[in-house]
Amino acid sequence: MSSYLKNGTVTTDTLPSIVSYGTAVGRMEGDGPLGSCFDYVSEDSCFGENTWEKAESRLQQHAFEQALLRGSIAESDISFVFAGDLLNQCTGSAYSMRNNGLRFIGLYGACSTMAESLAMAAMFIDNGIGEYCAALTSSHFCSAERQFRFPETYGGQRPPTAQWTATASGCAIIGDHSAPPYIRSVTVGTIIDMGIKDANNMGAAMAPAAYDTLRTHFSNTGTCPDDYDLILTGDLGSVGSEILRDLFLQDGISLGERYNDCGLLIFDREKQDVHAGGSGCGCSASVLCGHILGRIRSGELKNVLFAATGALMSPTLVQQGESIPGISHAVHISAESV
Amino acid sequence: MKLTENEYGALAKRRSPDTKLYKTIPGAFVIGGLICCTGQLLLNLYSSAGLDKTAAGTLTSVTLVALSALLTGFGLYDKIAKHAGAGTLVPITGFANAVVSPALEFKTEGYVLGVGAKIFLIAGPVIVYGLAASALYGIILFITQAV
Repeated sequence: MSSYLKNGTVTTDTLPSIVSYGTAVGRMEGDGPLGSCFDYVSEDSCFGENTWEKAESRLQQHAFEQALLRGSIAESDISFVFAGDLLNQCTGSAYSMRNNGLRFIGLYGACSTMAESLAMAAMFIDNGIGEYCAALTSSHFCSAERQFRFPETYGGQRPPTAQWTATASGCAIIGDHSAPPYIRSVTVGTIIDMGIKDANNMGAAMAPAAYDTLRTHFSNTGTCPDDYDLILTGDLGSVGSEILRDLFLQDGISLGERYNDCGLLIFDREKQDVHAGGSGCGCSASVLCGHILGRIRSGELKNVLFAATGALMSPTLVQQGESIPGISHAVHISAESV
Repeated sequence: MKLTENEYGALAKRRSPDTKLYKTIPGAFVIGGLICCTGQLLLNLYSSAGLDKTAAGTLTSVTLVALSALLTGFGLYDKIAKHAGAGTLVPITGFANAVVSPALEFKTEGYVLGVGAKIFLIAGPVIVYGLAASALYGIILFITQAV
C-alpha cells in the first residue's frame, strides 16, 4: 500500500512497473532528433481523418495500440485508463476511448498531464486496484492552434519565447510485475502563479511550479539532484529551463548535465522552426515513452525524475488579463527495486 | 519561492530573448515593399488598359485580395508572413488572409456556425473600429461643413 510522506509526496510499496509503452507522432516530430525512437510516425497530419480533433483522437489510439502491442497485453485486461489532452472538455481522449468499453478517467493538467496520469495509474496499481492501468496523453499542433491561438493558415509571427505544440502521443501501461522501470514515488504539485501574463511565454509561467515540485520532492524524499541520472522536465523549453536552472542556482544547487527538458529534446531548435522548443501533453509523453523508458528498462539510466509541467490557462482568462498559473508533478522512475 | 512576483518577472524578462529586430524589420520592409510594388504595377497595367483612376484602383485592390486568398488557400501566405510580419499584415493582402484563414479553418464546423460565425474572428475588430471611425469622421465632416 502506498505511503503518504508529506506535502504531496507518496512512496509506492509494491513498486508498480511500467510494463509497456507506446508512442505515435506526426511527421515533424518524426523528422526531429528522436524520430527513430517513436513507434509510429504518420506522414499524414490528419491521421486519415477529416478534422483536427478526430486526428488527435486517432493519434492517441495509435499510441495506445502500440503500447498494448509491445507488452502483448489484451485491451480487455486494462482495468482503468487515465487519459488527457489539451482540447476543451478533454475530448481528444474521450473520443479516442469512446468505442473500446474501457473504464475511463479523464484528466486535465495541461502539459503536465502525463506525469499526473502516470502518478494516478501507479497509485491505483500499488494499492491493488486493477490489473493494468494505462496512462495516456496526446496533443496535436493543429487542434491546439485553432483552440488556443489562430487558424493554421493565418499569417502571424511568433515571438522567440513561443513554443511549438508537438503532434505526439505517449502511453505507458502500469502493472504489478517485478521488472523495471519501477515507479518509486510521486510528488503531486501545487498551483504556482508568479504573475506571468504572456501566453507566448509558457516556459516562464511554468518554471516556478517545476522548481517548487522538484524542491519539495527532494526535501520530502531526502534526495538531491545528484541522486538521479536524469531530471527531466516537460515542457519548459529553452526559456523555462534556463529560469529553472537560475532558481536552483539561487539555492546553491547546480542542475548541471543531468537536467534536461522534453521540449528541448523532441525538436532540433536549430533546424526546425520551433522557437523556444516543443510543448503539449504529447511532447513529454512521447519523449518519456519513446526515449527514456527503454533506457531505464535496459539499465542505461538508473534513476529518472520526470516532472512534467503544465500552464493551466485558457484563452478567455488570458484575454481577461489574468496571469498564468503553472503546475508540475514529479514521478521517480527507477531501474532499481531498492 | 524566495522571489517576489516583481523579482521573478525581472528574471523571466532577462531569460526571454527579444525579437531579432535586425532581421524582422528588413524582412517587413522588403516583402511589404514588394507587395506595394505589385499593387503599383497592377495599377499601371489597369490604367494603361484604359480604365479610369477609380476603376483601376478598385481592380488593383480586388486582384491583391484574390491573390492573397489564393496563397492562403495553398498554405503559402503564412509561410511568407513568418518572415515578413507587418510587411504582410498591413497591406490589404493581410486583411484578406485574416478573413480567408478562419473561413478555411472553421469549415469543419459547418457553413453557418463555422464559416459564417467565425469568418471575422480576426478581422472583426478592424471592421468594427474602421466603421466606427468612419462614422465619427462623417459626423465631424457634417458639423464642420454646416458651420
